[in-house]
Amino acid sequence: MSPQLLQYLLSGLTVGAIYALVALGFSIIYNASNVINFAQGEFVMIGGMTTVSLIAAGLPLALAALLAIAATTLVGLALEKLAVERVRSESVVTLIIITIGASILLRGLASLVWDKNLHALPAFSGERPIALGGATIVPQSLWVVGVTLVVVAALWWFFNRTLHGKAMLATSHNRLAAQLVGISVRRVLLVSFGLSAALGALAGILIAPITFTAWDVGVMLGLKGFAAAVLGGLGSGPGAVIGGLALGLLEALSAGYVSSAYKDVIAFGIMLAVLVLMPGGLLGRRSVERV
Amino acid sequence: MLEVSALESRYGRIPALKGIDLAVRAGELVALVGANGAGKTTLLRALSGVQRVSGGRVRYEGADITNAPPERRVRLGIVQVPEGRQVFGPLSVEDNLRLGGYTRRAAESASTLERVYAMFPVLRQRRQAPAGTLSGGQQQMLAISRALMARPRLLLLDEPSMGLAPRLVEEIFACVQGLRAADTAIFLVDQNARAALAIADRGYVLETGRIVLAGSGAELLADASVQAAYLGL
Ligand SMILES: Nc1ncnc2c1ncn2[C@@H]1O[C@H](COP(=O)(O)OP(=O)(O)OP(=O)(O)O)[C@@H](O)[C@H]1O
Ligand SMILES: [Mg+2]
Repeated sequence: MSPQLLQYLLSGLTVGAIYALVALGFSIIYNASNVINFAQGEFVMIGGMTTVSLIAAGLPLALAALLAIAATTLVGLALEKLAVERVRSESVVTLIIITIGASILLRGLASLVWDKNLHALPAFSGERPIALGGATIVPQSLWVVGVTLVVVAALWWFFNRTLHGKAMLATSHNRLAAQLVGISVRRVLLVSFGLSAALGALAGILIAPITFTAWDVGVMLGLKGFAAAVLGGLGSGPGAVIGGLALGLLEALSAGYVSSAYKDVIAFGIMLAVLVLMPGGLLGRRSVERV
Repeated sequence: MLEVSALESRYGRIPALKGIDLAVRAGELVALVGANGAGKTTLLRALSGVQRVSGGRVRYEGADITNAPPERRVRLGIVQVPEGRQVFGPLSVEDNLRLGGYTRRAAESASTLERVYAMFPVLRQRRQAPAGTLSGGQQQMLAISRALMARPRLLLLDEPSMGLAPRLVEEIFACVQGLRAADTAIFLVDQNARAALAIADRGYVLETGRIVLAGSGAELLADASVQAAYLGL
């Protein structure tokens, strides 16, 4: 493998892991409610920006990151409690519009609470690139990929090996039956928003040392995460991971071999082509019948 | 055990239940018969809490549960087997059953699971299979077993024999009688009115959202209007 190709693959993998985390957030909420939560990107932004502020206030990185994830989780729970749950009986479209409104509101609040500048987060363990088969990788990339692996494994375990996780899956398969076995659908909804917010925040903190963060980074990251979720098959956990990695690699290869100006166009073009051929996404099971 | 008074429910503006009064006593098997669209499913859904009610009261063991969420009713022992089985298709048979015991402690679920497998050995054989791949009869057994995992004290059964071959219908009805013998109260809706009334202690006849007739199973079987409308005599 040429060092150049390896370099593109490594950077694609890094950004793809972030897309995967955001995509998982979309899929978890979609499974619980059939809602596409357009405030998912704002969770990413709040995670990164809160960490920046807490570090500026003198907290150590690890503590700042944990508090930022907790704070973002609270925002996610509040979004569910104050907005989504209030209109439970409304149509899915109404709920989606509410999440769009929430995303605009959260961005506005962020520009007031913080500012409209770019902010950097220090890398978790230094900036010295590591040489790898002729290519180089920054230590932060290893953090991104490593933490994503751990999170994906933990989520897999939760949804496939614990009764509470299976109850959440069951709710997505058959809401009526879930209610009739005594699963609180309201609780499932709440947990989904909390979990998705935490995943978004984590993504935002992991990537901030590489790409900077700002009040509006959620727009693009949210869009890419959504694209990844759709590419993999909305509602599928493995699909979200594969979709995220595929989108990240496509982007990196297009930027490397064609032009970084066209990377988004090419990545989205290929995504659309896949969807035309496979409307359910790569691993989709039922997005067609559900939408 | 269960007392329903003046219960009303509607779909949008259209009323489906127009003031239902009925009772189920502990350990009793009560059948509800009625034509298509009479409101039988709506009534069961209102009792299990997945259907909004617009008037009236539901009391269970003296407590008002009219507006209790479904998960609380399951914990109290009111468990519904829905029309059309509604198994979790992609999940395994065993996962379906374990989820049936979602409101119970793990140790209790494990022992109920053994009892359920003893009752329906075919479910044990196919416990790793996705529930959606079972035959209709097996899915109905699974749906009933899943409800039993919650340790019901009052079981609400909606059309358990629908679409099943006669031999399986017999098996399901025998199972229902067995449950009643084991002291579970049962509220049974079935389009097979004759078989349902034959095993019932008491029955109600529902017509367009109203109870029009009540009596013992034998009385209703002998009633001329019931015979004409529901028994094809
Ligand atoms: N989801 C719904 N939306 C609107 N109307 C409904 C809905 N479900 C049922 N209805 C109407 O409510 C009435 C009662 O329906 P219900 O399903 O309770 O009857 P049923 O006695 O169970 O009938 P069946 O024997 O066909 O199962 C019917 O007129 C039906 O058309
Ligand atoms: Mg019905």
